[in-house]
Amino acid sequence: MPKITYIEHNGKEHIAEVPVGWTVMEGAVKNRIPGIDADCGGACACATCHVYVDPAWLPKLAPRQDMEEQMLDFAQELKSNSRLSCQIKVTPELDGLVVRTPKDQH
Amino acid sequence: MVERIVIIGAGQAGAQAIATLRAEGFAGSLTLVGDEAYPPYQRPPLSKAYLAGDFARERLFLKPDAFYAEAACELRLSLAAAAIDRRSKTVALSDGTKLSYDRLLLTTGARVRKLPVPGAALAGVYYLRGIADVDALRQHFQPGTRLAVVGGGYIGLEVAAVAVKHGLKVTVIEAADRVLVRAASPEISAFYEKVHRTNGVDFVLGAMAQRFEGNARAEGVSTNLGRVEADFILAGIGIVPNCELAEATGLACDNGISVDEYGVTSDPDIFAAGDCTSHPGFAGGRVRLESVQNAIDQAKHAALAMVGKPLAYREVPWFWSDQYDLKLQIAGLARPGDTRVLRGNPETRKFSVFHLRDGVVAAVEAVNAAPDYIVGRRLIAAHATIAPERLQDISVPAKSLA
Repeated sequence: MPKITYIEHNGKEHIAEVPVGWTVMEGAVKNRIPGIDADCGGACACATCHVYVDPAWLPKLAPRQDMEEQMLDFAQELKSNSRLSCQIKVTPELDGLVVRTPKDQH
Repeated sequence: MVERIVIIGAGQAGAQAIATLRAEGFAGSLTLVGDEAYPPYQRPPLSKAYLAGDFARERLFLKPDAFYAEAACELRLSLAAAAIDRRSKTVALSDGTKLSYDRLLLTTGARVRKLPVPGAALAGVYYLRGIADVDALRQHFQPGTRLAVVGGGYIGLEVAAVAVKHGLKVTVIEAADRVLVRAASPEISAFYEKVHRTNGVDFVLGAMAQRFEGNARAEGVSTNLGRVEADFILAGIGIVPNCELAEATGLACDNGISVDEYGVTSDPDIFAAGDCTSHPGFAGGRVRLESVQNAIDQAKHAALAMVGKPLAYREVPWFWSDQYDLKLQIAGLARPGDTRVLRGNPETRKFSVFHLRDGVVAAVEAVNAAPDYIVGRRLIAAHATIAPERLQDISVPAKSLA
């Protein structure tokens, strides 16, 4: 199972095994990793699962879709490596992915 | 001293309350009672990705088992609460056991409204509320099978969208003259009806379902406008709050368990949150909301009050629906007399409807228009006034409206 590293705003690291086909958001929620609220459960409806993807991994991700792009435009402290973690599907190629959570999701 | 908290109802609100109670430092005993076999799970995907077969069951669960262990929350599943005795502060469960509480939280949710027509007990008549409902319904999702949907609300339309994509022949029977009559503006209703028709869904509007036809199995629906043939039927005509337990113990109920803005019922030691409550609305007047947002936010506020940190529940209501490639996002609560302002063109499949009440933004319905939704939510929270001309002008970016 792909391993994903989640790093909290305070630097605390969590490594979780996340099944292929799940999303990076689900991997965080199901492993009780703080910093990702995901109120809507992954429907791209709330923008509370914002993460920063480690730049080295960006080329391996499918690009942002229109709705994600639109939701992210309103995220706090948007960066070029910002993504909604509910829209990143875990694939075998993402084994080792590193994401960081922002200070605040709202 | 609050040492024992019991939560009745293992849904979204119940799960949220556990998280908030522990996060706020509640260190006493915690028990969650649920009448389904499952720990709390997400209901929104049931009529969407889970029905479509794109979402494995284990992904539905809101929290992993380890969450309950870590929170030292005892799960009592497949058990109903039979009665509350407020004098002895105990809850009797369906297996005869009793739980004592210092504070009790009712997150009993809602159940489907049943259609009381002849033939209601035929095989092949379905409702959709829980995992088991969808597992049963899904067996019929074979190409060419005929589905009659009674009720053109969100459940009915979401199921219709999944069904036509699976090659079923779908007819939606709706009593009103438009779909989504209870929860969307006429512009949104017209748009969604057209999208569904384009995708092959048939509609019979203004039709009252009078009888489910068939001998052992459902074979059709008779309405005042004629008969719709079907191999199976889904009725989605709304939900009813589960407030009998509260009523039986004398708690005030008014279209739901009555709570104040802190989630407190008419008994100061009993709280309630989620679909089962009626509460002081964001914009005045009591409301009962049926949404994830309300379950999460109200449960947070009730949990805060239970640990002596009351904070009034004032969040703007929000809601979403996924049909085909369309995301509908709604914030605020519209009312019939509101002035509606269309932003964008429905033909582009990207537009929104703003609702102004005395010039103040009261609600927004956005189709594939997340910026309008987010800005709308902010405007509603701020009770902002805005000129309709500005809202209509799509050359003004949504972001600059708030």
